[in-house]
Amino acid sequence: MLTIAEEVRDQIVAHARRDHPDEACGIVAGPAGTDRPERFVAMTNAERSPTFFRFDSTEQLAVWRELDDRDEVPVVIYHSHTATAAYPSRTDVGLAAEPDAHYVLVSTAECGNDEGPTEFRSFRIVDGVVTEEEVEVIPHGS
Amino acid sequence: MAVEVRIPTILRSYTGGAKAVDGRGDTLSEVIESVEAGHPGIRERLVEGADLRRFINVYVNDEDVRFLHGLATPISDGDVVVVLPAVAGG
Repeated sequence: MLTIAEEVRDQIVAHARRDHPDEACGIVAGPAGTDRPERFVAMTNAERSPTFFRFDSTEQLAVWRELDDRDEVPVVIYHSHTATAAYPSRTDVGLAAEPDAHYVLVSTAECGNDEGPTEFRSFRIVDGVVTEEEVEVIPHGS
Repeated sequence: MAVEVRIPTILRSYTGGAKAVDGRGDTLSEVIESVEAGHPGIRERLVEGADLRRFINVYVNDEDVRFLHGLATPISDGDVVVVLPAVAGG
């Protein structure tokens, strides 16, 4: 199960809406060993594409180094689908390289850049096998 | 040239869990060969044909080698080589 604060969830959704129709991507870092996604980090999609994403490589190195320095891990790795459901594509599964991460998918197919319904789902992807998990959102202020 | 090569979590099964290993060589390609000699199988995860795999990022002193000379990137004593799988998808 993914447990995530409402404000962090909202930051991910806002990023996805902002970058629509291109795919948005990023991470939520948390202290190693806690499984708590706490620090939202939006990443640049170097592909700037509606069908593909790739973290900018130079930015990724800087962010990964910061994770090491702070003893954090990428608890959540998120990206958006802008025309399809919030479910990992074959490409997503083939390239998933962090077996301990929660892979969050957001779909902006219905809402585009505006307020409106979004899908927000979380998955584990290990050795090519996708397992959806429950998402528990901790309401703001609790 | 002796360098440190930092290994990402997903490839540490090849290095007995080590986060960094020593490499030697005058180019990135030679460094990878030297790491392969002690950790068989790892080269295949980094290199495809004559190039780096598309979704593997390798940095020499913080520069993505795609912006340098790829596998032919020259290596100097004390350089730091970092391997990171790209985070990518569709």
